[in-house]
Amino acid sequence: MLLHAAVLLPLLFTIFVPLLYKAFPKLHTGWAVLAVPVVLFVFFVMQIPGQMNGGSAQSAAIPWIPALDISFALVLDGLSLLFALLITGIGALVVLYSISYLSRDKEAIHRFYVYLLLFMGAMLGVVLSDNLIVLYGFWELTSLSSFLLIAFWYKRDRSRYGALKSMLITVAGGFAMLGGFVLLYVMGGTFSIRELVAGLDGFSGDALFVPAMLLVLLGAFTKSAQFPFHIWLPDAMEAPTPVSAYLHSATMVKAGLYLVARMSPVFAGEAVWFWLVSGVGLATLLWGSYCAVRQTDLKAVLAYSTISQLGLIMSLLGIGSAAAHQGMAEDAVAAYAGAIAAALFHLFNHATFKGTLFMVVGIVDHETGTRDLRRLGGLMALMPVTFALALVASFSMAGIPPFNGFLSKEMFFTGALKAAELSLFGVPGWSALFPIIAWAASVFTFIYCMIVVFKTFAGRFKAEALDHKPHEAPLLMLVPPAVLASLVIVVGLFPGLVAGSLIEPALAAVLPAQADAYHVKITMWHGWTTELFMTIGVVAVGIALFLTLRYWQGIYALLPGRLTFNRVYDGLLRVLDRGSLFLTGRYMTGSLRHYLIYIFAFMIGLLGWMMLRLDVLGGGSPVYAELSFYEVVLVAVIVLAALAVPLAASRLTAILLTGAVGYIVSLLFVVLRAPDLALTQLIVETVSVTLFLLCFYHLPKLRKEMAPLPFKLGNALISVGVGLVVTTIALVVSGARKFDSISDFFIAQSYELAGGRNMVNVILVDFRGFDTLLEIMVLGIASLGIYALIKLRLADGEGGERLENK
Amino acid sequence: MKTNDVILQSAAKLVVFVILTFSAYLFLSGHHEPGGGFIGGLMSAAALVLLALAYDLDTIRSVLPVNYRIVTATGLLLAILTGAGSFLFDRPFLSHAFDYFTLPLLGKTELATAVLFDLGVYLAVVGVTMTIILSIGEDR
Repeated sequence: MLLHAAVLLPLLFTIFVPLLYKAFPKLHTGWAVLAVPVVLFVFFVMQIPGQMNGGSAQSAAIPWIPALDISFALVLDGLSLLFALLITGIGALVVLYSISYLSRDKEAIHRFYVYLLLFMGAMLGVVLSDNLIVLYGFWELTSLSSFLLIAFWYKRDRSRYGALKSMLITVAGGFAMLGGFVLLYVMGGTFSIRELVAGLDGFSGDALFVPAMLLVLLGAFTKSAQFPFHIWLPDAMEAPTPVSAYLHSATMVKAGLYLVARMSPVFAGEAVWFWLVSGVGLATLLWGSYCAVRQTDLKAVLAYSTISQLGLIMSLLGIGSAAAHQGMAEDAVAAYAGAIAAALFHLFNHATFKGTLFMVVGIVDHETGTRDLRRLGGLMALMPVTFALALVASFSMAGIPPFNGFLSKEMFFTGALKAAELSLFGVPGWSALFPIIAWAASVFTFIYCMIVVFKTFAGRFKAEALDHKPHEAPLLMLVPPAVLASLVIVVGLFPGLVAGSLIEPALAAVLPAQADAYHVKITMWHGWTTELFMTIGVVAVGIALFLTLRYWQGIYALLPGRLTFNRVYDGLLRVLDRGSLFLTGRYMTGSLRHYLIYIFAFMIGLLGWMMLRLDVLGGGSPVYAELSFYEVVLVAVIVLAALAVPLAASRLTAILLTGAVGYIVSLLFVVLRAPDLALTQLIVETVSVTLFLLCFYHLPKLRKEMAPLPFKLGNALISVGVGLVVTTIALVVSGARKFDSISDFFIAQSYELAGGRNMVNVILVDFRGFDTLLEIMVLGIASLGIYALIKLRLADGEGGERLENK
Repeated sequence: MKTNDVILQSAAKLVVFVILTFSAYLFLSGHHEPGGGFIGGLMSAAALVLLALAYDLDTIRSVLPVNYRIVTATGLLLAILTGAGSFLFDRPFLSHAFDYFTLPLLGKTELATAVLFDLGVYLAVVGVTMTIILSIGEDR
């Protein structure tokens, strides 16, 4: 139950944010919001001891839709705990940071915190859910809140573009993932992840297994901005910096990694999984780090760097999946499990140093008014504390000791080297690429880390390029990045602090079967190993390339050249836009006559075809009751009145004649002893005649229409067709009784069960009350629609026109 | 165009009350005799439309300063709340209950939650009909 409370707390708190905002005009709402992540963080920290040393997972379930196997089931194991701590810990720091970043007077901060809390709850839901459908729901909720946060400054074009792009790409991936989940359900018969893992042997050979995996991976890759779906992340940087630090670097983009790690016990045995996850990860790593060097916007550098680091973690998860293969030697299993441990450790480290860097960039942006590297420089003397934080975080990201990034980068090299020995899946030559790509990408990583620090803080101070003289940020703004930066150092020096408490329980959740083979032990110094020489090489080559950057920068003009994935995305969007406009333009002509023709032709075609196909006229001869004298007379009058309508000379006559038809029908009901129907029909007829009179009051006088013959023939054909079809249905239906009538039940029970003797009304309000409820709802919506249509046009003469162009 | 509607107006003044009373009767008797919220609502709306025809819309608005969109919303809300009320007794949505009570003046009377739901329907129908007719009628 506590777990459910933890997930729902941020979501419920969103209700109070606008109220607090209104009630305390002096208070920055962030202070109130801060309590939520802090409380949750403390709660999750208290769960750490329970998960250490092979502690069992906590779980709690609330039944939701049992018939569809959907229950609100939450499970807290090591992996979930690691993520939950990141979400709440970084969340608390980001909220604290945003208090000085977003001013209460200038920004709509109540909206900001509502979206942020929405995200926090959704993200906790993602990492704690055991039921795949619930997980999917929370997953899409994170996409939605990300959309809202990117578009926070919705008046900017770029913000809206970025928000839409991220939404389209991640939600498309989410749909694919949902497909994968459904396939898993088809095979495994359950939506529970734990039950799927337990029953894996039953379906791992299924033909749908690989398609399900591909679909799930598509969801993970789009969410985690993996190549070639990475294009949304740089555009998402239009969001306020606290959001970029939180969603687009520390947590949401790691949901994809979480999903891959979470589904590893299910899929890791498959060779395709190994190649796809590690291959896509490496491609992302290399491409992201290569592109990051080219950027001139500080946040764009960080965006590409995030992409590349996500790729790094993804590739480690891929390499580590080899541990789950059958017939691995004991030491090999341990080595590959080490790769997973490296992935989890780096995931933690990345959150610390990248969080720091984003906050530092936010400070620079806040104080100087620009993030353009060409205008920045020499801030070292003006902002010493910020510089120190940037230095620590960047060097950690570059993989320089004694920071935590160094440790996980060494472990990454170990994993890549280990993967090179792998000849399990086909051609052995390919796996030699692993360490080469890893090394090359690390060189680029080193270069952009240096760019972030030295181009911003070293060199000549360009006072003329800035609007006002920058100075050190306020203390409150420095605290959150300082906390993260001190984590970078502390974890770098004493990795044992997190190895046993966080990484090992998480590893046990990713590799439940192999957990005993490997114990996470992270040390700074392990002798003169290949990994260390690789790092030395990275530093040496990196420094050389950084210093000579301007001589070789020209390669960015050659590659990627004109064809980028952004062009593909924009092109696709344009095609979709124009295509749908063209298609809609073909049939939405604006002519009522056309629409009626579509509707009636469809009705005649479908019903007529079905009647011919089922041969309804041939089977059985319906028995009709005898006609009474009154009925014959009334029907004759109805026919006469209906025939007179098209011949009427004025609109008024036509309306009255139609009304007459209706009134006589209600008389017919009286004769057939249906007083309720008769009464209703009578009043409906009255009201609608009034309505017609009101409407037709505005129309011009009826004129004789001079239409060409084919036009008239078409009309005649359609009206005769509709008449024939409806008449046939009416005749056939009364003759064919496939089921017993439900009337007997109503007759017998209406007084017994509902205490009413008027059966019609009892049906309306009780037996079929739901129908009535929804019907009056539809009526209400229709009336509001009519009201809006008329009032909007009245508001100003050009109203309709203006709205359409928006 | 100025027309002399003295007869219509004088008649309407009386007839409207007759119709409204009858609609109330229809509504209340709906449980056992022909009638109910839907018919009652339409009947009331018809009475108001008659007023609108005999006088004009401005008169209607000054005599009955009611926002019919809110009437619709109230009706819908009442219907939904009646339905949700069954949750309080741990029953499925829209379960109705009824019982017989001895009331002063009326004697033994049946009281049913269905009437509350029907009142929602009544209000919604009045609101919807009047919203549509008034907004179209105002449009010049």
